[in-house]
Amino acid sequence: MLHIVACIKQVPDTKIIKMNPKTNTMDRSSAPAILNPYDSHAVEEAVRLRERYGGVVSVLTMGPPPAVKAIRKCIEIGADEGYMITDRAFAGADTLATSYALTKALEKIASEVRPIDLIICGKMTIDGDTGQVGPGIARRLDMPPLTSVNKVVEINRAEGYAIVHRKLEDGYEVIRSTLPCLFSVEKDINEVPYSTLPNMLRAARYQPHVWAVSDLNDIDKTQLGLKGSPTIVSSVWAPQKPQGGKLLEGTPEEQIQQLLDVVLTRRELFDAVAGGEGS
Amino acid sequence: MNFDDYRGVWVFIEEKDGHVASVSLELLGAGRQLADKRKTELAGVLIGDNVQSLAQIAFEYGADKVYMYDAPIYRYYRTETFMRAVLACVEKHKPEILLYGATSTGKDLASAVATDLPTGLTADTTQLDVEEDTGLLLASRPAFGGNIMATILCKKYRPQMATVRPKVMKALPRNKEASGVVIEESIPITEEDIRTKVLEIVRSTTQHVRIDEADVIVAGGKGLGGPAGFQVIHRLAETLGAAVGASRDVVEAGWVPHHHQVGQTGVTVTPKIYFAIGISGAIQHLVGMQNSGLIIAINKDPAAPIFQSSHYGIVGDALTIVPMLTEAFQIALGRKEEADAGKI
Repeated sequence: MLHIVACIKQVPDTKIIKMNPKTNTMDRSSAPAILNPYDSHAVEEAVRLRERYGGVVSVLTMGPPPAVKAIRKCIEIGADEGYMITDRAFAGADTLATSYALTKALEKIASEVRPIDLIICGKMTIDGDTGQVGPGIARRLDMPPLTSVNKVVEINRAEGYAIVHRKLEDGYEVIRSTLPCLFSVEKDINEVPYSTLPNMLRAARYQPHVWAVSDLNDIDKTQLGLKGSPTIVSSVWAPQKPQGGKLLEGTPEEQIQQLLDVVLTRRELFDAVAGGEGS
Repeated sequence: MNFDDYRGVWVFIEEKDGHVASVSLELLGAGRQLADKRKTELAGVLIGDNVQSLAQIAFEYGADKVYMYDAPIYRYYRTETFMRAVLACVEKHKPEILLYGATSTGKDLASAVATDLPTGLTADTTQLDVEEDTGLLLASRPAFGGNIMATILCKKYRPQMATVRPKVMKALPRNKEASGVVIEESIPITEEDIRTKVLEIVRSTTQHVRIDEADVIVAGGKGLGGPAGFQVIHRLAETLGAAVGASRDVVEAGWVPHHHQVGQTGVTVTPKIYFAIGISGAIQHLVGMQNSGLIIAINKDPAAPIFQSSHYGIVGDALTIVPMLTEAFQIALGRKEEADAGKI
């Protein structure tokens, strides 16, 4: 039976997060915690593949206990089971330490629950913005990492391969990979519909499987958390803002004329162009 | 790990359709500065099929040396083949710093290499510096959706690695007289060892002006009120032959597709002229467009942060101002007749 595991994360909504202008630090309490938007597409894709091919969709997260809400959100989308690893020893992990901890949990799922055919991650998280954890997991499990996937053409478990589209800057490539492998998916791979009532009811009551470090096998604690993170944040500061410019004055007509005078000093930019965007 | 064994600044030279990707040229410029500060050499890592001529390009843009893996197996980028080549090269020649473009290829490759080495990797860097005496790379990047900047260090591992956003570093002027040393490298690898195959590459054939290449961008935000309001952006862009940009919330609201998004989670742009219309100027947007040549903001809120980041601003309702502006440009550019005939 096809077993797909989606790796997900609960993140602060960075659209809503506020900065403390005096200290240049983030006021995290100002931001609601949400399921990382890219990860909702990962879970949705896993659910769609299960609908096409049958099987089981599990989700896995590392985080503090309240991250159970993010798992419930995935159950709403249609995941079957949720696994959470939570422990103070994970705190402060960078992408390398995070991929290590998640890999240990994936190994436990694969050996004690059921083998894993496919791992799906979101393209990146909106708080870290790195996109490095997915490929890191793939390397640790010695699976081919397929990043920027925006279409799954075929999964063939019997013959052990997958065919996907990988988004490029100017198009896409069609890749065939052996299974098991890992996809990290783009937003445009699917649209996440509203949850169905049965899924919502199930999610409300759902309790994930929760593991601490001591539940994971063969774990090297020096590779976890802050200790296991080669990168450290040495300083943070507010991005420099360019000097304020000139607000134009006068009637709208006068302002537009002034703007025209400024812009048309670069007239060559426009004369060279025939047509334009055309949509 | 003996840090003294690790010397030199390296740049992964990304090839695209027989050319060096512009981000790699930008990185050679940035890498040259780091190498000079450390009084060490700058090397390119060039991997591909039939790529000898590209080594010369790397020299012309600042490299002293190029490590080259040239074989048919590298015809297309694949994580496994490129990663093995880079890993072998790092193990053999031990660079202190290794930079990659933050492109789909560069990010994919760097993530895999970092895990296997292992070492630290800073993603989407927008500023680079190095401590002259210690060689510690100061890699700075926007974090939390661009709300803050953070400097990331990797103190305990070598090489120090970063992916760097396209368009934020400057390439050196091309020096056609330059030359350097090509070191041919190879590793034992056969097609049977590799678990992925590229079946086909499909280039986008869209007629749309790509925002990362456009000289002029007309970008719209939530201040336009809705998809209907956003039409004024399209009309101004058509008149100017400009690309259409958008803020994140507009993309998330589904008014325009994601490839129009400018900012931290979208595209970094450096057009000669950037119109920010109905865009308030969240930091995540500003980091993506603040290096534009001439920035013009139109917004009805005089306190909008976008005015702090623009060269000229008009306070007013975009839905009134932009159609007037469009018509004024149509007349000035001699396109009024086309417009009246419904061609624009």
